[in-house]
Amino acid sequence: MDPRKNKKICQKPKEKDCQKTRACGRREFLKGAARAAALSGAAMLAGCGGGMLGSKEELSLRWKEYFKKHYRLMTQQEKDETIRRLEQLAKINNNVNIQMSSAAPIDGVLFGYAFNVTRCEGYMECVAACVKENNLDRKSNMQYIRIFEMEHGQMSPEVGNAKYYHQVPVEDHFYMGVQCYHCQNAPCVKACPTKATWQEPDGIVVVDYDWCIGCRYCIAACPYYGRRFNWNDPVVPKEEMTKKQHYLGNRMRGRGQMEKCTFCVQRSRAGRLPACVEACPTGARVFGNLLDPDSEIRFVLKNKKVFRWKEDLGTDPKFWYFID
Amino acid sequence: METIQAKIIPHVFLIIKEVIAFVKDVITWSLSGGLVYQIYLCILAALMVLGVYAYFVQIKVGLAATNMSDIVSWGFYIANFTFLVGVAAAAVMIILPSYIFKDKDLHKVVIIGEVVAIGALVMCLMFVFVDLGAPWNAWHMIPIIGLFNWPTSLLTWDVLVLNGYLVLNLMVPAYILYCHYYHRKPNEKLYLPFVFISIFWAFGIHLVTAFLYQGLPARPFWNNPLMGPRFLASAFAAGPALIIIVLVIIQSTTSFRIEDQVFNKIRRISVVAAIINLIMLFSEVFKEFYLPTHHSLPAVYLYFGLKGQTALVPWIWTAIIMNLIGTLTMAFNPGKNNPRVLVPACVLLFLGIWIEKGIGLIVPGLVPSPLGEVVNYAPSWVEVSITLGVLALGIFVVSMLLKPALMIEQRYEAGR
Repeated sequence: MDPRKNKKICQKPKEKDCQKTRACGRREFLKGAARAAALSGAAMLAGCGGGMLGSKEELSLRWKEYFKKHYRLMTQQEKDETIRRLEQLAKINNNVNIQMSSAAPIDGVLFGYAFNVTRCEGYMECVAACVKENNLDRKSNMQYIRIFEMEHGQMSPEVGNAKYYHQVPVEDHFYMGVQCYHCQNAPCVKACPTKATWQEPDGIVVVDYDWCIGCRYCIAACPYYGRRFNWNDPVVPKEEMTKKQHYLGNRMRGRGQMEKCTFCVQRSRAGRLPACVEACPTGARVFGNLLDPDSEIRFVLKNKKVFRWKEDLGTDPKFWYFID
Repeated sequence: METIQAKIIPHVFLIIKEVIAFVKDVITWSLSGGLVYQIYLCILAALMVLGVYAYFVQIKVGLAATNMSDIVSWGFYIANFTFLVGVAAAAVMIILPSYIFKDKDLHKVVIIGEVVAIGALVMCLMFVFVDLGAPWNAWHMIPIIGLFNWPTSLLTWDVLVLNGYLVLNLMVPAYILYCHYYHRKPNEKLYLPFVFISIFWAFGIHLVTAFLYQGLPARPFWNNPLMGPRFLASAFAAGPALIIIVLVIIQSTTSFRIEDQVFNKIRRISVVAAIINLIMLFSEVFKEFYLPTHHSLPAVYLYFGLKGQTALVPWIWTAIIMNLIGTLTMAFNPGKNNPRVLVPACVLLFLGIWIEKGIGLIVPGLVPSPLGEVVNYAPSWVEVSITLGVLALGIFVVSMLLKPALMIEQRYEAGR
């Protein structure tokens, strides 16, 4: 958006309202002034958030969005309202019909993840599925998951190669996936100055995108490179967009906001597996409820030799690697 | 009841009148000056305009206008911020001896130290602000209307201490200057408590800023208990060095006279801190290179380059050489405080610490990434322009405040 353009739009309604004052009474003037202020403020926001300025309806939606509360302080009614607004805005701006949810964590559920180092063969189907499911920015080629090609004799992704462009699997190599580990003792949550990122009762570390100020202290605090920043306005082609969204999950983010893997909160809270788990052709990925003794993840933890990366940092990740 | 009101109201009016006259004169004095001064102000204004333009570009396209990335997620802005917190804190090295030990020589220049601190703080706050990805959401951090993650997040501590220090550094000098303007003796009981607070606060702003980095086990280069003390030592070396430079500029461009002892005293303060800083630097380097571990990789990247990436290597060695020459020259003082020797030494020390504590501290904290990736970083034109704009703003603030302050002080001295 051209900031100069915004200015013009800011001023126009003001002038109009001023002319009106001469003809009308004081109350009309106040009303007009308030509206002018709202319009100019919303115009400013629109400029910040990008996108063309549209109708009065859109401005009013954006205005309310700007002043909404932190997600955790919203009542259910307020959550429903913001979701309705976001759905309307998606319709107005991109002409897409999205269905957004604010599904709460389920009692007695704590999500955990395990990665079978022996099975992974580096096809990166998980990466593609994640990008698609979570509406990740295509412009900057954002990816939550990274797969490292490793030589035998090492077990830390730091010495692996994440930029391989050849047929897989390569002999004498194995593959290790890296993503947000949803640490039980997450340094990013501690770092955030506005509490815009936190851990949900089901163990998922989420971000209230609209509450984030973009200071990036959480990136500095994360020892696993688990967080991604929107350096530009994220771009997702309309036809590729995943329409079933969650407020804390795969809804569209804006420029200047932090985001990260949410264990596909829009799927996992609806009883489905995360996209990466579902997409994996070798069955290297295991996901489930740590509190359910009969779950697959509990089976892995009980019967396999597991390890976690950078255990010495005391972050207590809910993401285990294991070897068959 | 009425009699009290009758007494108070005219008094209040008198104060308001006095304050208005004071502010009016301060503004007039700060803008009036010879042709050279006007040109100087115009250059600063031009740089600020450049900064504003670049900031518009950054707002328009997002932080993608910078060369930062998910790996080097903090760059030029935060580097300059970190260094300037030190400059702000360093004013305490003049304030402490002049108010607490009643050092008469330093007391004459204490106002200069305070004004430099104000300028540095303005720059610090601006650098943090321009670094925000969503500045329109900055109100989310304001307590009550937003959510302030205090005391858990170190960043909230930094916001508190920086703003608090700015208020303290505005309050005390403003009160003293106001009294001097009317040829009154300022009431020590009124301002000394705040001076005491500001002294502790100065250490606070620096330690808190160091803890911001030091508290991150994710970043072994920062996660180092020496960080806080080293921040203090480097600040108390670079800050007074800058004040010497400012004093020489004032000495040569205005009628304000500064005693020779003042230079000597500030030089000594700076030298002691600079030597302690070098010892700590040596200690850090020893730890990183005697038995290098995986955690030494950022230091290897900084000093020698890693995986063929060597962007920081020339910078850090330049910084270390500047630092050494500056410190040694100031310690042995071959020019006997002659500005022709002293000023270049101060400039070397100041620039050396700027590089080392700015870009040389921030980037290696982030490279190699937690996943072992090594990338180079150099600021984009947007980052450089915004940085120049913010620096110009800081210098502008210092000039605007210093000029009237010195005139008031001179008149007060003459009138006494």
